[in-house]
Amino acid sequence: MTAPNAPARTAPTGASRNLRRPLVYVLLSLGLLIMSAPFLWMALSSFKTTSELSASPPVWIPTEWTLGNFRELLDKLDLPLYFMNSVIVAVLVTVSNLVFCSMLGYALAKLRFTGRDKIFGVVLGALMVPGNLMLLPLFVLMSKLRLIDSYAGLVLPFAAGAFGVFLMRQFMQSIPDELLEAARMDGAGEWFIFWRIVMPLVKPALATLSIFTFLGSWNNFVWPLIATNDPDKYTLPVALATFATDPNKAGGSNGMLMAGAFLVVLPVLILFIALQRHFTQGIATAGMK
Amino acid sequence: MGTTTARAAQPAEVKKGPGAPPPGAGRGGAARRKRSMGVQNTAGWLFSTPFLVLFTVFMAFPILATLLMSFTDFGLRNVTRPWEANFIGFENYTELFGDEKFLKSLFNTAYFVVVGVPLTIALGLVVAVLLNNGIDRARTFFRVGFYAPVVTTIVAVAVVWRFVLDPSDGLVAGLFSEVGLTAPDFLGSETLAMPSMIAMAVWRNVGTVMVLFIAGLQAIPTEVREAARLDGAGVWQEFRGITVPLLRPTLLYATVITTIGYLNVFEEPFVMTQGGPSDSTLTVSLNMYREGFNFFHMGYASAMAYVLFVVIMGITVLQLRLLKDNTK
Repeated sequence: MTAPNAPARTAPTGASRNLRRPLVYVLLSLGLLIMSAPFLWMALSSFKTTSELSASPPVWIPTEWTLGNFRELLDKLDLPLYFMNSVIVAVLVTVSNLVFCSMLGYALAKLRFTGRDKIFGVVLGALMVPGNLMLLPLFVLMSKLRLIDSYAGLVLPFAAGAFGVFLMRQFMQSIPDELLEAARMDGAGEWFIFWRIVMPLVKPALATLSIFTFLGSWNNFVWPLIATNDPDKYTLPVALATFATDPNKAGGSNGMLMAGAFLVVLPVLILFIALQRHFTQGIATAGMK
Repeated sequence: MGTTTARAAQPAEVKKGPGAPPPGAGRGGAARRKRSMGVQNTAGWLFSTPFLVLFTVFMAFPILATLLMSFTDFGLRNVTRPWEANFIGFENYTELFGDEKFLKSLFNTAYFVVVGVPLTIALGLVVAVLLNNGIDRARTFFRVGFYAPVVTTIVAVAVVWRFVLDPSDGLVAGLFSEVGLTAPDFLGSETLAMPSMIAMAVWRNVGTVMVLFIAGLQAIPTEVREAARLDGAGVWQEFRGITVPLLRPTLLYATVITTIGYLNVFEEPFVMTQGGPSDSTLTVSLNMYREGFNFFHMGYASAMAYVLFVVIMGITVLQLRLLKDNTK
């Protein structure tokens, strides 16, 4: 990712280009300010007192920092519970995607078997289908299986995504066949080859897949909204949305809502900033191939 | 997706892989290879099984079931007794196209896509070009900043934007009052609610498009640019003559995924306006959710889901045709 832009950096540039640089920085900084303004507003507002929240003209930096919004919110919403629900669902979805998508990815990339191309066609087709198309019968199915309000009901529809299969197949194709043939000659079974040889070689792809799957699950809203009736089984976004759209609960307190949004967004932002290289790389690879 | 053709050539290559068996061991080698083929066949299917089972139960079956349900009067009582739903032919579909609420939601979704997609693509392209060719420091810093909204939870972001646009205490209202103006009630106005929602969608998705374009820009060989510069091409000429044509595949991909995403828009109106005021932000997905899960008109909602699906497929195919490189 860094290598290709190195030449561009040192490329000879005309004088007019150099004069434009400051202007470009100003433009980009302005854009960045607009991009980050809602986040800053959210973070700062969550520490404001009620009077400063409704002050006009608006107060950017609270003069008096308070944790009152968080305390009040935690009284009304069992956030630790929703946080745990979100974590459990996201972890289960991620682990199952890592295993199942890698398995099929390996078969599609490295095994010869009848029907392989048809299965790959199915995977490509599945990439195109919008999730909203399945919601209604899925709800009926889950009701029949008595999986509404259960972790299984939240996890199963996302346990093996087509995107993951596609990604793993792309990466596994670059593993040399000779390596696998050599292992087969030594009498290694396919599972051993997959688990002990192939999987360690695709760790970067597994990292990318984990991040995207975890994030997708963490931010997922429509299905958890449908598949949970019992508030104890809500995930964070469902709890926040239910709270935000129910006027009785929120009582119109923007401070509490900002505190809630802040707590939902914070783990994701930290994860993103820590692992930002994987994100942009993952999107680019998935898009280019 | 050109990978399928490259893949098809590989089995032949693999067959050559083990090399010529040593003389005398000919029969044994062939037998071993045959056994290995059999092993791979079994292994291939075993490795595919978990995905295929999950896919069949939670995707293929529901896709088919939605289609079947759309021809029935599937209602609340059928959730426990699905087989008792009555077949009513195309009645749901004919009703749909006389349903003003549905037509309005179709119009609103189209509005969202037609205005939102070009804006997102254009802004993403501008930011990518500025980041890639305009500056040489702090690139990562800017990239992270512009991409951050993409990773955040839509629900949380929608809650924040609702407050940002709040007519009395919001950030925008505050900025308006600083310069002596009164901010309109963005989300409470029939004309402004949808543009506000589009603004938020552009803000949230511009990062995805930017990252795609940066990858596309970095794939353009430096020599091409340098040659153009030596020939005296200005910044604008370079952009028109080199950057845009060579970014065509990226442009296509970015447009298709952004359009599909925007056609399914749900969370934003759900949290920010609940479809109001007077259905001015009611999208097809939100309409379907309400019909299906608030009123339990599940057969009717299934028909909506399929209409949306057909629209999405049609538009995707159309975009692939229109934006495909005709020069090749």
